[in-house]
Amino acid sequence: MNNEAYNFAYLDEQTKRMIRRALLKAVAIPGYQVPFASREMPMPYGWGTGGVQVSAAILTPDDRLKVIDQGADDTTNAVSIRSFFKRTAGVQTTTATSEATVIQTRHRIPEVPLTEKQTLVYQVPIPEPLRFLEPRESETRKMHSLEEYGLMHVKLYEDIARHGHIATSYAYPVSVEERYIMDPSPIPKFDNPKLSQNAALQLFGAGREQRIYALPPYTKVVSLDFDDHPFEASKANHVCALCGAEHSYLDEVIVDDEGNRMFVCSDTDYCESRRAQGLTGKSAA
Amino acid sequence: MNAHTLEGGFQDPSIDAAKAFRAIMDAMAHPGRVYTVIGAEPPLPVSKAAGVCLLTLCDHETPIYLAASHDKPATREWIAFHTGAPIAPLEESQFALGTWSSLLPLKPYSIGTPQYPDQSATLIVELPALQTHGATLRGPGIETSVQFNVPDINELQCNHRHYPMGLDFIFTAGSDVAAIPRSTEVQ
Repeated sequence: MNNEAYNFAYLDEQTKRMIRRALLKAVAIPGYQVPFASREMPMPYGWGTGGVQVSAAILTPDDRLKVIDQGADDTTNAVSIRSFFKRTAGVQTTTATSEATVIQTRHRIPEVPLTEKQTLVYQVPIPEPLRFLEPRESETRKMHSLEEYGLMHVKLYEDIARHGHIATSYAYPVSVEERYIMDPSPIPKFDNPKLSQNAALQLFGAGREQRIYALPPYTKVVSLDFDDHPFEASKANHVCALCGAEHSYLDEVIVDDEGNRMFVCSDTDYCESRRAQGLTGKSAA
Repeated sequence: MNAHTLEGGFQDPSIDAAKAFRAIMDAMAHPGRVYTVIGAEPPLPVSKAAGVCLLTLCDHETPIYLAASHDKPATREWIAFHTGAPIAPLEESQFALGTWSSLLPLKPYSIGTPQYPDQSATLIVELPALQTHGATLRGPGIETSVQFNVPDINELQCNHRHYPMGLDFIFTAGSDVAAIPRSTEVQ
């Protein structure tokens, strides 16, 4: 089938209008989950169908798209979504964070600070932060409307009682503009501080769960914590073995059968551009 | 139906709508900042920018209320032909179009419910001009503060007090568009 057989950016116009209306309401109510009529996409749930629908609704032919999966541009999910939009929307693609106008991401925020000219689109598996505490949608909706968030603090407290510290390390709940509690998608809590006062518009799409939510630029986002157990943006206590970065989020990679391992930047573009500048870590060949 | 009814739509619907939506979304994400949109030639008194908003956001699923200033046969025909959106009483409308004074009072429009604050109306307000001076705006989308010529500070403050419920405003003049969502604090 040739590319002309598809509408621009794959989705039909009526679907895009429906998503666009949901996006505007999401931007108007930061952190609130707007229901939308999620469509079947030509990829399985869990592969970013929500993020793909949001991207399809906002892309223009002038955009330059970057797609990352756990920070990497070269994984199956990232490569296939990038080529999907290259084919159906004719957009330019890039792996360089600073050159992208739209960045679709699964589970990371790029290390390089974003600008006002960029939009970050998150793929979200479970948009409801209270879902594992209260399975009924009718109840969680009531809890959000009443700002009844005590249960979430009890969950974090139980972490402390059991482990001595807040053991939640990803999808760490945040409070948006002192109103809604939001699930930032499964980004590591290391990335949480970047959610707040970010210059870029941040959009969240959950395809299977049929929800869209957003953080406009410069929105105040606070990670939940306690006075005596303050939030900490933790990472592995190592430096990147390839580029020597001390303050980037690291992946642990097992390198042989002997149990040897190395820590490398999860953000591949960040790591590559540092190495291009001549910065090296101890394992760089 | 006159010939003009059939004209003035997007030349390249999917591309024109995509570009227009990006401007409208950026406007909603940066309250009080003015963006330019092109592509629609609606019949007077509808501005080009308001026409672009209707073509980009409205279809058979979105009842539109036309305030007295804009409730003209030519406007009804143009909206019917290009968007298919039903014209509805204001209480049932998802979008409303008109000048500020003809859209008032704001109380009867839907502001959503505590559990579904998104089910609220969006008002497309035609102004003589969009200017970046006047009232001071603060809130999500604004780094410190911005200035914008809002038509009525009191009404917008009253709307903000309903947060997270409330109306969202798209202001249009000529080809210019700006927005003030309910989250914006107006002083």
